[in-house]
Amino acid sequence: MADTPSVQGLPRLNEPAPDFEAVTTHGTIRLSDYKGSWLILFSHPADFTPVCTTEFIAFSEIYPELQKRNVELLGLSIDSVYSHIAWVRNVEEKTGVHIPFPIIADLDRKVATAYGMVMPGASSTETVRCVFIIDPEGVLRAMLYYPLTTGRNMQEILRLIDALQTSDKHHVATPANWQPGDKVIVPAPKTMEMVEQNLKAGYEVVDWYLAKKSV
Amino acid sequence: MACINPDGTLTPSAQAILEALRRAPAKAEALAQQAGLPLYRVRSSMRELVVAGLVVETAEGYALTEQGRARTTSA
Repeated sequence: MADTPSVQGLPRLNEPAPDFEAVTTHGTIRLSDYKGSWLILFSHPADFTPVCTTEFIAFSEIYPELQKRNVELLGLSIDSVYSHIAWVRNVEEKTGVHIPFPIIADLDRKVATAYGMVMPGASSTETVRCVFIIDPEGVLRAMLYYPLTTGRNMQEILRLIDALQTSDKHHVATPANWQPGDKVIVPAPKTMEMVEQNLKAGYEVVDWYLAKKSV
Repeated sequence: MACINPDGTLTPSAQAILEALRRAPAKAEALAQQAGLPLYRVRSSMRELVVAGLVVETAEGYALTEQGRARTTSA
């Protein structure tokens, strides 16, 4: 009888992100060390691999923009800290790009397991390309799972951060393909009274349940 | 240890934190600004410096121990 890969749980949105203490290229770090700032925890399959290298260069390029938004980056793979250090140094030597953020050396897979980063159907030895966006209170706010073959889109990650921060600040939602500066969606009214309020508020109204405004 | 080298000397970031604490006790947020380090890095370092006996946590924030003060450059 064939072995059945063990089924791992996935973290849930709007619940506290799974806690961890992990060895990284910047020392031992706990999730709570990031309290007060947003955190993008992301995994890559392995050091010294081509798609991952392009992603790390791209993450490094958006890091200044993330810092402006009070967002930190934390990478992870099932590699040793020595492998991470060698790879980061190699990337800088070959491309001139400095990797400014820490990378978890998750050899015991504790963090990968807690966050459901290993998908046995894709690989039983590597993490897939996950992104977990954790807010300043330690709550998991968004998750992306990309396959081994597809590098992530940094502009979408920035857009997602902007959308979450805009939603939190203004208590609104954001429509499809929203970009900063675009109109946002007013939450759908839940009572007849709220419907009347929205219709008189000067919003861009498509119908009573779909209204947009500038913020 | 990210703060203490295998030969017992301090890393530059740990030294910067101790120097920032030489003036007065401080909380992690203020230390991050003074030492020019990310907050997560300061919080992680403070755990190591406390275990090493160089820093203690007080009501005013982190403070140097006598051992810690002896490791500052002006000591």
